[in-house]
Amino acid sequence: MSTSFSSEFAGTTMRSASALSTRALRNTRRLPSTFLPTLAMPIFQSIAFAGTFFAITKVPGFPTDRSINWYMPLAVCMGSAFGGVGLGFSAIKDIENGFFDRLRMAPTPRRALIIGPLISCWVRTLVVVTVVLLVSIGFGARLTSGFVGLATLYISALGLSTVAAGWGLGIAFRFRDMRGAAIMQLTLFLTLFLSSAQTPLNMMTGWLHTVARYNPATNILRLSRQGFLGDVTWDGVWGGLVALVGLSVLTLWFARRGLDLLDR
Amino acid sequence: MTATLTVSSNAAHTHNWRLGFRQTVAMSKRSVLALVRQPALVVPSMIFPLFFAALGTSSFGRAINLPGFPKVDSFLDFSLAGTIVQGVLFGSVQSGSALATDIENGFFYRLMAAPSSRLGILVGRLAGAAAYGAFQTLFFSLLLLPFGMSIKGGPLGVLVMVISGGLIAIAISGFMAAAALKTGSSEAVQGIFPLVFIMLFFSSAFFPRQTMSGAYKHIADFNPISHLIEGMRDICIDGLSSGAIARAILVPIAIMIVSFTVALRALAQRTAAQ
Repeated sequence: MSTSFSSEFAGTTMRSASALSTRALRNTRRLPSTFLPTLAMPIFQSIAFAGTFFAITKVPGFPTDRSINWYMPLAVCMGSAFGGVGLGFSAIKDIENGFFDRLRMAPTPRRALIIGPLISCWVRTLVVVTVVLLVSIGFGARLTSGFVGLATLYISALGLSTVAAGWGLGIAFRFRDMRGAAIMQLTLFLTLFLSSAQTPLNMMTGWLHTVARYNPATNILRLSRQGFLGDVTWDGVWGGLVALVGLSVLTLWFARRGLDLLDR
Repeated sequence: MTATLTVSSNAAHTHNWRLGFRQTVAMSKRSVLALVRQPALVVPSMIFPLFFAALGTSSFGRAINLPGFPKVDSFLDFSLAGTIVQGVLFGSVQSGSALATDIENGFFYRLMAAPSSRLGILVGRLAGAAAYGAFQTLFFSLLLLPFGMSIKGGPLGVLVMVISGGLIAIAISGFMAAAALKTGSSEAVQGIFPLVFIMLFFSSAFFPRQTMSGAYKHIADFNPISHLIEGMRDICIDGLSSGAIARAILVPIAIMIVSFTVALRALAQRTAAQ
């Protein structure tokens, strides 16, 4: 009986989550202006950084001679992360206009209120990664290790969007108004830039080297760049996977606790 | 009698001119005070450029030995001008947005109804932006000095850079004011921010044009922001020369003339629509 209850509970969760993700995706289709910046910014970033910092590839020790191979995964990760915190903005809007109260009053499992938007975020992330990748290939990006390398890019993008979504929702449930939006974006921006975002660790000097070395975003970026800087190696992969799993668990727990606080 | 009329007409003209000047000064004071009283408006335009300067110095420190890179002691010397222009650009968006807010909340129309100078509304706003731009230039220059940056132009060079910073602020704020007057929406003016950001990245703000290649180099060559930055950069890394001073002052003035004309036309259209 216990097994059938839990499977029914899981079924309800997934049905509710599916309805919520469908709503979020419909909103994306009906209001493309909410999604287009998330798509346009990484494209711009990939192209602009690759062009502006092209000369950095000539510094001895830089791991590739194609600047876009270095900057495109960064742009993908930034786009995925900002797409993730976008869920926080949507949650704030729903809280402010009262829709979220109606969701909370509905007989649905609480976790569906997190899983549903998260699924829609993954779908949007897949679109962002694919489009940025195709445009970047047009601007000279080249895979160096085939399908496995491509998989590491998608895994890091999906993982980072999960981390950012958990963070964004957690902040949204605690602040409950747009004051939280600045915190979501700023923390994410700083975390990503204070890593090996612009140059590899061996080229950094001073304080940034120390900060970037301990910043988990460095491992995640290393994972995302695996397919574009040579062969995929376990050394380059495991740190990113551990960081993504650890941060995802932490931030989703943070979001779930925030949802509980909203009920009090 | 004719002489009396001429004298009285001249006196009225002088009086109007003085009144207009006083109103413009009052409007400038208002726009500067708004920045002082609401630090949240100015903090991003002060913090972000400094953050990028710190980040760039640690990330790209080794790039200064690349062929084509100007001779500098540290990347910070190179990045100062980019940092200043970045801050001034962000501040100018804020200035345009403040003018749009005046239109949105009706303050602009109250000024229109009052017997005040129309030009003063625009010039006052631009003068406020210039003061803030000059302050940003001085602030960034002094703040980065203890971190190993040197300005080859010396104190006189800093003075020229401060003047240039003020002129750049007027040049960019003119376009932002035109957008504010045209749309009357602060959201629309804020919407220009990504465009400003894109122009900044496709310029020589972060890396010298000499190290770029292909289409990027052509875009950076034609991008006016590259030229706004490079005049100031010459003073910082090469020292004071007539060429550097002319570039730092004349390029912003040329852009300022264009942007002021565009803003004046937008003001005339809005006034006519009243």
